[in-house]
Amino acid sequence: MILVLVDHDRGELDQLSLRALTAARKLGQDVEAVVIGSEGAALAGIVGEYGAKTLHVASHANITDYTPMATGRALKDLVEKLKPAAVLAAGSPRGNEQLAHLAAFLDLPMAAECSEITLGSPHHVLRARWAGNLIESANVHADLLIATVLAFSTEPETANGGAATVAQFEPGLQPQDYAVKVLSRDAGESKGGVTLVDAKVIVSGGRGVGGPDGFGQIEELATLLGGTVGCSRVVTSSGWRPHAEQVGQTGTKVAPDLYIAAGISGAMQHIAGMKNSKTIVVINTDPEAPILGYADYAIIGDLHQVIPALTTAIRQAKG
Amino acid sequence: MDVLVCLKRVPLAGGTLILTPDSRDIETKHLGFGISPHEENAVEAGVQLVEQMGGTLTLLTLGPSDAEEQLRSQLAIGATRAVLIETDGQEWDPQGTAAALVDAINAEETKFDLIIFGAESADSAGYQIHIRVAHALNRPIITNVKSMKIENGVAVCDRVVAAGREHYEVALPAIVTVRDGLNIPRYPSVPGRMQARKKPVDMKKAEPRVPKLEKVVLALAPSKSTGAEILGNGPDAVPALVEVLKKIGAF
Repeated sequence: MILVLVDHDRGELDQLSLRALTAARKLGQDVEAVVIGSEGAALAGIVGEYGAKTLHVASHANITDYTPMATGRALKDLVEKLKPAAVLAAGSPRGNEQLAHLAAFLDLPMAAECSEITLGSPHHVLRARWAGNLIESANVHADLLIATVLAFSTEPETANGGAATVAQFEPGLQPQDYAVKVLSRDAGESKGGVTLVDAKVIVSGGRGVGGPDGFGQIEELATLLGGTVGCSRVVTSSGWRPHAEQVGQTGTKVAPDLYIAAGISGAMQHIAGMKNSKTIVVINTDPEAPILGYADYAIIGDLHQVIPALTTAIRQAKG
Repeated sequence: MDVLVCLKRVPLAGGTLILTPDSRDIETKHLGFGISPHEENAVEAGVQLVEQMGGTLTLLTLGPSDAEEQLRSQLAIGATRAVLIETDGQEWDPQGTAAALVDAINAEETKFDLIIFGAESADSAGYQIHIRVAHALNRPIITNVKSMKIENGVAVCDRVVAAGREHYEVALPAIVTVRDGLNIPRYPSVPGRMQARKKPVDMKKAEPRVPKLEKVVLALAPSKSTGAEILGNGPDAVPALVEVLKKIGAF
């Protein structure tokens, strides 16, 4: 049996977890899912649709929001009871963190961000390194495989299953497991509206934008396409835009339907954050810029001329 | 306030990676070395805390003896001293690395109030060493921190998530991992560099363990093989792009 940690944020499903469920099904064993926190029980329908027969729900008075060490303890309790062959989660910051707590509790290896998993003795994985620019072939020497599934490496496919059977359990938490917990939240740097992770369209600007003022036209185009603004690391380091908008290994990893990169040459760490986008359009003065190696379409030219012309043309086409 | 920052020497790879003939490592003959991006923020945070509150900032790394170069350049930023756990140059797996760090931390006379890691390494990105260290030292850990203050023995931290900011507070001693954006790392001053040459770097040895996460071989990730379709030059190419955007249903 493969146990998949399905992450949720106060009851709202993490979409990458559906990909982890899909990847788990490909291992040819029964799949069961686990959610942490009682609100997660509402996900029994969708989790079942993606092939999990049972949804284990960890409920505890001290699990009221994201408490990663408590997740680790709950998973440990469940692993000891169910003896799965593997525990998987999405290769997201939260997925990686929660499984690392499990691995630390059990003192077992963990393979993060795997694009391919083969169970065996030893287990074998392909995992992303160097911001996804290298693929490591690795053996995992342990009975239980603990691994996260590289974001966007597997397309989510439903199994047309019925709702999963809910099985409640109360993990035996220690006080230190919930010493670190979310005390409050605010919208912070994000301006409300579409967040980078959820955006279907992202228009990103880099060094070529030239300064904070240049982002006006980027914003206009993003709004026109119903999307949001992203940027490269140099832009946030220069203080032109807030860090919440940074796309890349040190920012947010995204995979929208359309990614327009304007004035971004394509440092490895930026590519890592956007190369899984469905369609990538590059606007750059340099025909040799590394980002062209990842683009579907490109215009060679100055974004300060191309983007206003594009905005006008889209407005006209929309009528 | 005694702070420890853990670092990793990594090659400074710009655009394209090249593998060694045995495909077990990246070719570093023509590359410089530095530390992972988030770790510069970790050192800066440590320096600022010691400036404000007094105390010491210790740096700790596991790596080849050449990693002394990275320790010296961070000592020049304002750290007090450094510890280098010397390996044979082979990469250690996360469990082995974490165990060696824990042994070194436990061997220190100073009981660090705060241990800071970068959120992820540039090269191996295993997302676990900091958590294993926290478990072994029985300390709370907050990850991916983008702003941090220490007030009355409590670390007050924010973590940026898709929906905004999450606010955390935890009593010291604690461990945090920090992200790029936490602060703006300073450049070393000339006097800082001079002083760094004389600051103590303790060299330690640790025995490698048999890796449980065993690297077999590396391969370059494929980029899009077809290459970009060039729609044209400048604003004249805009109509062609509008057609593409229509075709993919962007508006």
